Amino acid sequence: MNVPLPPQSGGCRTAPVLKERGQREVFCGLTGIIWLHRKMQDAFFLVVGSRTCAHLLQSAAGVMIFAEPRFGTAILEETDLAGMADAQQEIDREVARLLERRPDIRQLFLVGSCPSEVIKIDLQKAAERLSQTHAPHVRVLNYSGSGIETTFTEGEDACLASMVPVLPETEARELLVVGALPDVVEDQMLGLLGAMGIDNVRCLPARRIDSETAVGPNTQFILAQPFLGETHAALVRRGAHHIAAPFPFGDEGTTAWLQAIATEFGVSPATFATVTDAPRARARKAIAQAAEHLGGKSVFFFPDSQLEIPLARFLTRECGMTAIEVGSPYIHDTIHGPDLDLLPAGPQISEGQDVELQLDRVRAARPDLTVCGLGLANPLEAEGLATKWAIELVFTPVHFYEQAGDLAGLFSRPIRRKGLLKMEAAE
Amino acid sequence: MKLTVWTYEGPPHVGAMRVATGMKGLHYVLHAPQGDTYADLLFTMIERRDHRPPVTYTTFQARDLGSDTANLFKTACQEAVDRFQPQAIIVGSSCTAELIQDDPGGMAETMDFDIPVIPLELPSYSRKENFGADETFFQIVKSLAKPQARTERVTCNILGGTALGFRHRDDIQEITALLYDLGIEVNVAAPLDATPADIARMPAAHLNVLLYPETGEMAARWLEKNHDQPFTKVIPLGVGATRDFIAEVGQIIGRELQADESRLRLPWWSASVDSTYLTGKRVFLFGDGSHVMAMARVARDEMGFEIAGMGCFNREMARPMRAMAKEYGVEALITDDYLEVEQTIEALSPEMIMGTQMERHIGKRLGIPCAVISAPVHVQDFPARYSPVMGFEGANVLFDTLVHPLVMGLEEHLLTMFRDDFEFHDAAGPSHHGGHSPQPVEADPAPAPTGTDVMVWLADAEKELKKVPFFVRGKARRNTETYATEQGLSQISIDVLYEAKAHYAR
Ligand code: SF4
Repeated sequence: MNVPLPPQSGGCRTAPVLKERGQREVFCGLTGIIWLHRKMQDAFFLVVGSRTCAHLLQSAAGVMIFAEPRFGTAILEETDLAGMADAQQEIDREVARLLERRPDIRQLFLVGSCPSEVIKIDLQKAAERLSQTHAPHVRVLNYSGSGIETTFTEGEDACLASMVPVLPETEARELLVVGALPDVVEDQMLGLLGAMGIDNVRCLPARRIDSETAVGPNTQFILAQPFLGETHAALVRRGAHHIAAPFPFGDEGTTAWLQAIATEFGVSPATFATVTDAPRARARKAIAQAAEHLGGKSVFFFPDSQLEIPLARFLTRECGMTAIEVGSPYIHDTIHGPDLDLLPAGPQISEGQDVELQLDRVRAARPDLTVCGLGLANPLEAEGLATKWAIELVFTPVHFYEQAGDLAGLFSRPIRRKGLLKMEAAE
Repeated sequence: MKLTVWTYEGPPHVGAMRVATGMKGLHYVLHAPQGDTYADLLFTMIERRDHRPPVTYTTFQARDLGSDTANLFKTACQEAVDRFQPQAIIVGSSCTAELIQDDPGGMAETMDFDIPVIPLELPSYSRKENFGADETFFQIVKSLAKPQARTERVTCNILGGTALGFRHRDDIQEITALLYDLGIEVNVAAPLDATPADIARMPAAHLNVLLYPETGEMAARWLEKNHDQPFTKVIPLGVGATRDFIAEVGQIIGRELQADESRLRLPWWSASVDSTYLTGKRVFLFGDGSHVMAMARVARDEMGFEIAGMGCFNREMARPMRAMAKEYGVEALITDDYLEVEQTIEALSPEMIMGTQMERHIGKRLGIPCAVISAPVHVQDFPARYSPVMGFEGANVLFDTLVHPLVMGLEEHLLTMFRDDFEFHDAAGPSHHGGHSPQPVEADPAPAPTGTDVMVWLADAEKELKKVPFFVRGKARRNTETYATEQGLSQISIDVLYEAKAHYAR
């Protein structure tokens, strides 16, 4: 049996959700640029924003590996605000300069920020005009990564959604896998699907603009990331059909995800087993090693990336952990439903955030592991709580069978470390 | 609009956070969208702080705009006061809130708190982080400092230390100890580790010691004017400057001061023969104005380096920086454009960079060693051990800091003697850097000749150049090319190489 069964005691899909609206401790959507610009090798992300936006990108990136990375911020100055400078002209000038210096750029994203939205700079107009000016060499699109509209991973969602309307039309029956994955992981996935005989696979985002990602009424799409609500809606508007499935984390998640595709494309159970048996066994073995340190331990998720629900499903079902609270910035039933079905009833499911109240709850619960943002991790460690910073889950390859052990390892390492450190006198 | 990739300074509200996070018993209510909470990680991750910065962000969203952002602010303000029970609060806007013009200061003042409410006006679209810290500290001092009698004994305040500062924690400890030895007690050190109640006591001191002009000068000037407290102008960084600083303090309090120099080791370390090899190493300095100016003196007068260039990212320091650069015979680079700094370093090809974490990245790329001497800094620049850069122990630390990236004297000698030996070959790098030594880049820092003045290296001269150890090869190439250009030559032969060597011999 390939499809994981819902827990006997029931899942969490119908569990009451604690909805909170208060102060949040999360990144804005601009952060997605950090991984998107590595994925799309001919794209440049130009944020129209403030010094804060530039500083956020720099701080979230952590290291500055590239002299001239493929992202930058056009920082608004007083003349722009006072209306002394025409924003549209300023953008044209900066873009022209940039494209002249970087002929390798084939797609340019104008990314909106809180300041550009509050003063209503029309980036769509700018993108349309610039597309005409720089066609056919460069395609210019726009989306918002602002903190007043997007939370962390929603920036990738907004970016991909902006690409959907301009994808070429196709009548072909193709599988479209949606969500940025590290190249090595993407190749593994294509390998698995190929071995099942599914070769007509496209990816969004593609590594380069020239790749043949297209969409149409015969497109079957599946999400590889759980934060792509807008992109989902945009694809449905183009007539594509969504394959609902749990997300491909761990053995069960990966198997269920692949099985949903296999069913849609008529892959025989025998073929499916031939392709997946060996990597499944490897994944189980790798998970079991890390799970030694996780079994019987409790976990508490702060809302961050929308990966929380699928990850809680993985940790509870495959690593033997108990979830106390699973917070997600947003919950979409169509997208998170399959994972909620499998997540054993018990944890408090929460949506949104009031960070002070949530901190009160985590202090009362004292979980063995807390998954939270970088701003909270050290302060909670100082209070004796082991933490896993959530951003690493987005930056590290964690999808599919071969990474399942690494994924479990990300969670077990902080707990193991806590056990290893001994500073008391031996006596 | 101005396209920026990497920035030396954050926005001014991050400066305000550096003050608030450094202090105790103060809370900052910041009207800002959720994404601005990223700033917490600067403190919790880079500086490894074990507490959340005392900042409440209102985290308004698009749907709140036009309806009720003002109420959101008031609620956040009330909840912060109730929950954290601060002795005082500072309130202000981030860049986005500045545009929606809710006037957090005005609103908070109408809320009838029984603690001081200090409004901040930090223009996000024209000023930056250091200004934000300087202005915030100044506003706090101005609101809280109370007129009072001087302490009986001679005491001073130490001004300017903040969270996320370069070595502030240890510098303040070192200077506190130095002053104590001189018979001067510290009344209050602020903002770092001070409470609002401490700020109120500041006017009791006889003088102010301004360690960090970038973040404390406005407060120092205000205290001088309103509380008649003179402040020190010399920053005690390096041996000479520390001695000057002691003399300046003595002058202010009208007493000859004699410091205990028994722990000071830099002068002998620098005079001992192994250090001969430091002579004339060409260094480029970049960072905040105060650190660069003080470090330039150390580099030239206490290490025997040659200053190849210097500059700062904060325009506020442009004038004194230009004056000092002129005195040192170089042109000052005043810019916050990272790419311009990189181009300048590439053109000058110094043997070492003294800079910020940004220059460390530049150095990595160009294969030039770098010592970090100024903020902005990264997690590795917050050492666990005590490592001030000010005072006499600071001077000792500086010697180590500046020598470490380089090949040590005796080793340099051996490398030259046995350059073809399998262990001492070029690519081995300094022995104390292990496997992670900066890979000596075979392509020398000087880029391939291009443009109009094309300089051709003849094959045997190129081969001869390869025999020069890697850590001086870049300099040799550059000097030879400069010499050849001056002589009007377009080809470099072995003879030209050695003529140039003789020409530049020191
Ligand atoms: S929250 Fe808004 S202002 Fe802050 S960094 Fe994000 S886009 Fe920029």
